[in-house]
Amino acid sequence: MKVAITSTGNTLKSTIDQRFGRCAYFVIYDTETKSIEFIPNPNKDAEEGAGPASVQLVAAKNVNKIISGEFGMKIKSLLDSLKIQMIILKEKEKTITDIINLLDHEK
Amino acid sequence: MSPRIKTIRKVINPPIVKGFKPYGPDSGKFIKEPVNLLYEEYEALRLCDYDTYNHLQASQIMCVSRPTFTRIYSSARIKIALAFVEGRQIVIEGGKIYFDSDWYACSKCNCFFNNPEKDKEIKACPLCGSNKIQMYDYEFTDITEPEINDNDLCVCPRCANKQMHEHGKPCKDQYCIKCNTRMVRKRNNQ
Repeated sequence: MKVAITSTGNTLKSTIDQRFGRCAYFVIYDTETKSIEFIPNPNKDAEEGAGPASVQLVAAKNVNKIISGEFGMKIKSLLDSLKIQMIILKEKEKTITDIINLLDHEK
Repeated sequence: MSPRIKTIRKVINPPIVKGFKPYGPDSGKFIKEPVNLLYEEYEALRLCDYDTYNHLQASQIMCVSRPTFTRIYSSARIKIALAFVEGRQIVIEGGKIYFDSDWYACSKCNCFFNNPEKDKEIKACPLCGSNKIQMYDYEFTDITEPEINDNDLCVCPRCANKQMHEHGKPCKDQYCIKCNTRMVRKRNNQ
């Protein structure tokens, strides 16, 4: 299962980005193969429509869950129709490693 | 020119059946194409005629405009009438919709998550795997926390002894350590 995490940088030590549409990087983590992929977000400085564009970007990677600090207004209906689960994590200081460890804890 | 983009319609719950079949001795004689009732049309019919909302209220529930709702509703009635008169089957599927999902909160890792697949029940937190989860009703909860001002002081009116104000404890219930008088609130930002 693939999980997308919004990240402020492209290292494992960077923290979770509190915004979904305009985050700096997306981390695509595969819980089965443990592979980690960093994708820079092209919509970082978009004036409008960053959320839906980011949804397309992430959905093209076949993710099942998205972890972010907050999701915008237009996102919920899109993600519900794509059956992607949203996870809101309000703790700003959590790093990508922390979140991946949490996800691995599941099994 | 590409057609105008449809707004995604919100459907609260999927219908309990996938469709309807005509019955009776002659029902098999006229085998025709089944009528495809879209999910949004089913929802419009449910809101209007089952829950007896008016078009304006129902359109707000489905997150579409009132004219759009009326169009969806009239097309639903045309399709149902067609199925009834011509003895066709009704298949409920398709449409540009999403099912409303519920929110949950996990008290172990302090996260919120939703359940996009209604037919599967969520038993554990998708992040940390703990089962300390509960339904989160975001519409009826005030998310903005009251502003806590920790800089306020409790001041004794008699001897001017000051101590930090503790949030949630009224100053008039606090007594001065030195002269045992009731304390008074003094706001730091004033």
